[in-house]
Amino acid sequence: MATVTPDSPDTAHAPDEHASGGRHAHPSNWLYVKVAIYLALLTAFEVFTYFETVHGWGDTAIIVMLIIMMLLKFFLVVAFFMHLKFDHPIFWRLFVFGLILAMAVYMVMLTAFRIW
Amino acid sequence: MAETMTAEAPGHTPEHHDGEHHTSTGLSNEKLAMWVFLGSECLLFGGLISTYMFNKGRIGPNDVGPEDVFDIPFTSVSSFVLLMSSLTMVFAVSSIARGDLRGNRIWLATTAALGATFVAGQVYEFTAFYSEGLGFTTNLFGSAFYALTGFHGAHVTIGIIMLMSLLVMSMRGNLGPERAETVEIIGLYWHFVDIVWIVIFTIVYLFPQ
Amino acid sequence: MTITDRTITAPEETLALPAGPAIAHRPLGVFTRPQGSEGWRSWLFTVDHKRIGIMYGAAALFFFLVGGAEALFIRLQLATPNGSVIGAGTYNGVFTMHGVTMVFLVIMPMAAAFANYLLPLQVGARDVAFPRLNAFSFWCFLAGGMLLTSSILVGGWFQNAPDGGWFAYAPNTGLLFSPSKGIDFYAVGLQILGIASLVSAINLIVTVLNMRTPGMSFFRMPVLTWMLLITQFLLLFALPVITVALFLLMFDRLWDANFFNVEAGADPLLWQHLFWIFGHPEVYILILPAFGIVSEIIPTFSRKPLFGYHFMVASGIAIGFMGWGVWAHHMFTSGVGPLSVAAFSVSTMFIAVPTGVKILNWLATMYRGRLRFTTPMLYAVGVVSMFTIGGLSGVTHSIAPSDTQQTDTYYIVAHFHYVIFGGALLGLFGGFYYWWPKAFGYKLNEGWGKASFWVMLIGFNFTFGPMHILGLQGMSRRIATYRADEGFALWNMVATISSFVIALGVIMFFWNVYVSTRNWRRAGRPDVGPDPWDARGLEWMTASPVPEHNFDEDIEVDRLDHFWHRKYGKDENGRIVRAAPTSEIAHDGSNTNVHLPSPSYWPIVLGGGILLVGYGIIYNLWLAAAGLVFLVASIYGWILEPADDPDAGGHHDDHGDDHGDPDSNGGPSGNGELATADEPAETEEATVG
Repeated sequence: MATVTPDSPDTAHAPDEHASGGRHAHPSNWLYVKVAIYLALLTAFEVFTYFETVHGWGDTAIIVMLIIMMLLKFFLVVAFFMHLKFDHPIFWRLFVFGLILAMAVYMVMLTAFRIW
Repeated sequence: MAETMTAEAPGHTPEHHDGEHHTSTGLSNEKLAMWVFLGSECLLFGGLISTYMFNKGRIGPNDVGPEDVFDIPFTSVSSFVLLMSSLTMVFAVSSIARGDLRGNRIWLATTAALGATFVAGQVYEFTAFYSEGLGFTTNLFGSAFYALTGFHGAHVTIGIIMLMSLLVMSMRGNLGPERAETVEIIGLYWHFVDIVWIVIFTIVYLFPQ
Repeated sequence: MTITDRTITAPEETLALPAGPAIAHRPLGVFTRPQGSEGWRSWLFTVDHKRIGIMYGAAALFFFLVGGAEALFIRLQLATPNGSVIGAGTYNGVFTMHGVTMVFLVIMPMAAAFANYLLPLQVGARDVAFPRLNAFSFWCFLAGGMLLTSSILVGGWFQNAPDGGWFAYAPNTGLLFSPSKGIDFYAVGLQILGIASLVSAINLIVTVLNMRTPGMSFFRMPVLTWMLLITQFLLLFALPVITVALFLLMFDRLWDANFFNVEAGADPLLWQHLFWIFGHPEVYILILPAFGIVSEIIPTFSRKPLFGYHFMVASGIAIGFMGWGVWAHHMFTSGVGPLSVAAFSVSTMFIAVPTGVKILNWLATMYRGRLRFTTPMLYAVGVVSMFTIGGLSGVTHSIAPSDTQQTDTYYIVAHFHYVIFGGALLGLFGGFYYWWPKAFGYKLNEGWGKASFWVMLIGFNFTFGPMHILGLQGMSRRIATYRADEGFALWNMVATISSFVIALGVIMFFWNVYVSTRNWRRAGRPDVGPDPWDARGLEWMTASPVPEHNFDEDIEVDRLDHFWHRKYGKDENGRIVRAAPTSEIAHDGSNTNVHLPSPSYWPIVLGGGILLVGYGIIYNLWLAAAGLVFLVASIYGWILEPADDPDAGGHHDDHGDDHGDPDSNGGPSGNGELATADEPAETEEATVG
């Protein structure tokens, strides 16, 4: 990106070429199916931890594993189904800003309550 | 008297949109607005999830708690249904972008049906929980649980209404490939509702109690 | 900085689907669009951001009178020991409504007035991104304001007014301690106002990101635009938090939930945390627009560019960020624990830094400038000085042991009136004087303006200055009476007398509006010209009052303060000389070939629906259900509304041709804001979340 210098006037305005030429970028349905398979597998594994508590692992380890899998699923959907991987970075920034702010603020709140 | 003007405006007018977006970023206003809105929704669900996490354990020893009511196999299936509705939503978007209007209708209907299945599952779940003694007013866990999942259910319901509206538009010939972005934007909302459930399913249902 | 110039360029594989033209319709009856831009009806259905801005301002001034009258009641009650003007119960309602009104119905909508009017103009746009949603925001705000204010009257004078203070701490606001309908009005009213602000925030953010005129990169935007943009981001992220809190409170009150039921094990601190996570950014939502206004006024009347533009923007962004990390300083005495107190104490001290940067930059802008002390400039200087006092007393709160003494005393009342009245309100009034000629075509009278400024400033300082002393003497806020032997009588009397001096200043402002308008009309409505103050922003580059289409043509911006640099250049000695007369540069509004969005019935209809749902939730859920059905029907009416009025003669579609529009079934199209189905996502969403 950004072959235009930030100061040149047309930076601020409509670089139309990518908007009109955007259609080629649609990922194939097969990619979506693959993502869905990963999502299904992750879900299966998540549910598995509930029934077959992994031997010797405490609650903390399970929670960490679940959080990792949750984040994986979350970002698979966001990146592929919601196209953020292929889309304009400004969407990504706006959304992630809200997400990180929410996590930060509420984590601090819960920490202040000492619930961990 | 703007209404009577013939429009040969130099440059663009603000409300000007077609396939190409004459905006500063080159992106459509609607899509940008949806993403901004979703960023804001993170704070809404974050607050509800935090409220749940904070309150779920604040119940007496003999109160109805999470482990007394949760039916993990059932909820796993309905979570899976919602997850797969995201896949069909993606198909709906890519089919309309290809110009496959029939495919678009089929996938929109499928997505709405899967969403409705999920909501039906939630209604069943609520009834079952209620009969097991967990009402909205029973204890803090009940209030927090129903508030959080109820908010999510309301979001899914709104999503279903929007999908059905799209379907009706499509049937009446008002949803051609040139409006693919509308489907995409509704899709963004739908996926967001799905990722919220991914978080709720893990934190509310699967975390060791 | 979250957004830099680079964000607007895109990677090649950007995915963009066509939005398509609007749907063709065969409209009948209400599905046509209203016409005309004259008469009172045209105001009800307008989607013009400038008219919406003016309506925001007018509504805010009305509520300002309501909130001001409430303030005078408070002061009358407290004028003497053992006051008996109003009873303790009414007093609770009066001070709560005073706070809620001034915060949510005065300062915020006044800022929204400037945001709506000026933001599109300053970035060189013809309107906001979603004109109809913009109108909806206003009507939704008005619905919320009316609902909230009606609580004073329904069921008897202040019988059903909210009585829990503006922060409505639960469980004090539960049914047990607050059995009247007051808190229901508070919760529902704020919820509706939240929807209005959220929709407006999304709209304005998209406007700034997407509607800038060619060349208007982010760091060529005026500081006011920046401050308003940051404000909208704060609203965007802060409102959902209070939405959650208000829902929990409503569930408790309406359906007997347990969120704040201490018997069931609830922790009342949850409300305090949620409220102040919203509440502290809210403080910056109130003040940042005024900072932006001051940053416009001071350079104009110092005839110097704003000192340290980038620092000004960066400190605004820093305030926006840091505003999220200081909320628990409102809770130092609530028992949040020593670690939280220490952490939030430090972060609170830090937030004084970017604010100090702003103050110093304003001073540096004025330093060696050619100062003209017009009325707006007086207000701006008033903000700089009064806000500094309020900011300094704020720093004393950041020191937790000191705050422990000050909490819930009049010292706090003094502090936040110095920042909100002395900062935000004075700034907004300065903005009224400054942009009045832009909006209405004539200046307000300078003599009356200066007189009312000094009356207001003196009244203000003698009302709230003594409250510092009262607070340090130990007088509690929110107590309806005090005893004679407590030693509070003198300064309370001074404050009460001075509060009427403020009221006189406000009356002088309204008198000024009346006199100036009358004199202007009598003089045959002389044209004030596009640029009466010799100012810098793009809004001065078009006729006054601004024509409906804003600019005759798109302005190609080549630097910060583009308009100024078109007017002035430097000669060989480096002295600033006039390069071109304003009349040559400014647009005269003569281009009539601009396609504008048609007015619409639906924004006000939706606002009415929301009002119905609001009263329904408070009084009868069946009414709420009926209102909801009406609301959903209106949303479909909104979507199905034709893009333009097909009966409007001579109009032809200006967009379909140039792109080989596939949707060529003859209907009017090309009004992209309208009729896309994502809009119910916003509005419907808002009714739930």
